[in-house]
Amino acid sequence: MLRLEGIKTFYGNIQAIKGISLEVNEGEVVCLIGANGAGKSTTLMSISAIVPPREGEIYFNDEPISRLAPDEIVKMGIVQVPEGRHIFPGLTVQENLDMGALLRRDKEAIGKDLDYVFELFPILKDRKSQAGGTLSGGEQQMLAISRALMASPKLLLMDEPSLGLAPLLVQQIFEIIRKVNTESGTTIFLVEQNANLALKIADRGYVMETGRITLTDTAANLLENEDVRRAYLGV
Amino acid sequence: MEVLKELRKSLLLALWFVVLTFPIMVIRVNTITDTIEWRWERAILMAVGSFVGSFLWKFLLARQEARKSRQTAKGSSEASDDGASAQKSLTERLLARLGWTRDTLREKKVAIPALAILGAIVIVFPFVTSIYQSNIMISALIYVILALGLNVVLGLGNMLHLGFAAFYAIGAYTYGLLNHYFGVGFWIALPLGAAASAIAGILLAIPVLRLRGDYLAIVTLAFGEIIRLLLVNLSGITMGPSGVKSISRPGLFGLDLSYTQAITYTYFICLALVIFTVFIVHRLENSRIGRQLVAMGEDDIAARAMGVNTSRAKLTAFALGAVWAGIAGVLFAAKTTFINPDSFKVWDSVLILCMVVLGGMASIPGVIAGALILILLPEYLRVFSDYRLLIFGAVLVIMMVFRPGGMIPKRRKAYKLRPEELQGSAAVPVGGGEGDAP
Ligand SMILES: Nc1ncnc2c1ncn2[C@@H]1O[C@H](COP(=O)(O)OP(=O)(O)OP(=O)(O)O)[C@@H](O)[C@H]1O
Ligand SMILES: [Mg+2]
Repeated sequence: MLRLEGIKTFYGNIQAIKGISLEVNEGEVVCLIGANGAGKSTTLMSISAIVPPREGEIYFNDEPISRLAPDEIVKMGIVQVPEGRHIFPGLTVQENLDMGALLRRDKEAIGKDLDYVFELFPILKDRKSQAGGTLSGGEQQMLAISRALMASPKLLLMDEPSLGLAPLLVQQIFEIIRKVNTESGTTIFLVEQNANLALKIADRGYVMETGRITLTDTAANLLENEDVRRAYLGV
Repeated sequence: MEVLKELRKSLLLALWFVVLTFPIMVIRVNTITDTIEWRWERAILMAVGSFVGSFLWKFLLARQEARKSRQTAKGSSEASDDGASAQKSLTERLLARLGWTRDTLREKKVAIPALAILGAIVIVFPFVTSIYQSNIMISALIYVILALGLNVVLGLGNMLHLGFAAFYAIGAYTYGLLNHYFGVGFWIALPLGAAASAIAGILLAIPVLRLRGDYLAIVTLAFGEIIRLLLVNLSGITMGPSGVKSISRPGLFGLDLSYTQAITYTYFICLALVIFTVFIVHRLENSRIGRQLVAMGEDDIAARAMGVNTSRAKLTAFALGAVWAGIAGVLFAAKTTFINPDSFKVWDSVLILCMVVLGGMASIPGVIAGALILILLPEYLRVFSDYRLLIFGAVLVIMMVFRPGGMIPKRRKAYKLRPEELQGSAAVPVGGGEGDAP
């Protein structure tokens, strides 16, 4: 479904990604793990064309997309939940969710998706006329995920959805991610520090180090891998 | 205990103020007799004034804090429907005294007569008052259009624009010069002025696409000055500082209008254009592009992640904002029949900015109220003309501290999703406005 080939991305003169290739198949949950500053967020930003790659090509359903604008990427069904809860603080929860459906016109389906995210995160329904900025950190993360779901993505890119959440909530978020994947068939490409839990719900994983992919395997194998265990699972 | 502590703080502050202002308030060197006058009574006045002022200030702040916390407490306990605007607006409180709520205002029974009365007042206004009054009101209406235009950029897009008067100038000079050189009439100049201004808006927006916040403010400020300086220095075309004279007033089917009639006619043109502006800006707010602007203003990255083309949104905002400034400019030129670069200084940009901020960002009634007050108050308070700026500054500071949302803050749209609607499949937010955008 998604294929990166030899992607190199720069911030000015700094090269953040040094030629990576990876693949995400339809219906999968694929997890990208790596240390801080490895270039995981940059990878997602490159896919979303917010920080377009300087070299290499990105294919979505075998169509090259690296020259498209961010909004065209969203239109194709690739939606990102950016790192660090980029919600719209001044808008209400409902309006935030509405923004997710910005590019859609199918009112009926939007209504259904709204029901669906309220079912996933009932707390958001209670808070729907509250300003996004006044939600707790965890609620904001739920809102960010829900907002992305409102765009009805084919491929959902998630950047550290568990960042700064309480352990119980982390567990819950991962369960919901899996649920979204199985119930609505959304393909998910997940960036996570919380490698242990992420690999448990993922089908496959990639390990990234300073701008390069160093390892890839099924999630189960990665969980068993000695190097991965030492470096990212803390055991 | 608390009060005593505050009193002591105020006392210290008063003393500090006395020391601080001592050289200018107390000492006066009489250069004729070469003596120094000590005006001690002024020090005492200063002390008392700053003491009372500081204490009052703290008292009001504390009261506001108390009200806020009371309201949030209440709001969370009953899951208030209006969590976004924690503060009740003054109008709401006034209405509550009458036993009304805001929704009463929206009810047809109340809204239609109220609108009818307002409409009647506005229509008879130029006939029952003097020309002087009509002229003031025309200025005020022109500024309403300007403020509504800036509101597109500042209120919706959250972009600090300090050069808005430049677009006003472009509109005014488009008409002024076309009229001077080619005898172009008002009605043809009106769209041309709007177009010229919009093009200038896009030209400005292109280089500032990547800028936000402070940087954007600086560049727009500079842009405003550049346009003004161009108008001053291109004297071959613009007649420099002396300006363009005897611009025609709006024509009415070639009729010969007396001065009074012309002013009245201009008044109604302004009024119609204000209504037109309100209508379009209101539509814009709820349109797809309006929502994109709001999203971009709230969070750039999130907006892009949600598929907002932020470059296009910014260009649109600048162009759409500039259109109204251009229209206001043409109106201004037609009203005064004389324009020169002095009417389009930084101060004018700041004034328009104040209208939007003071009235309430993104709130159309707020912006209108802000514009009317900032133009009409100084006119009717001519007595205080020496202290106009002082009062102006003080009012702004006080407003921003006590009512940061402006006089009539933007009310978040209430989405009325009732449980039974949620059961069904067509649970579409009321007033969400999907799909009705251009
Ligand atoms: N806007 C930017 N400008 C310049 N350099 C940047 C920018 N954003 C990221 N970088 C650099 O690019 C590299 C990769 O950053 P990235 O955010 O992709 O890391 P990450 O893997 O997501 O890390 P983390 O786990 O901490 O989120 C880092 O060295 C970082 O300093
Ligand atoms: Mg990151």
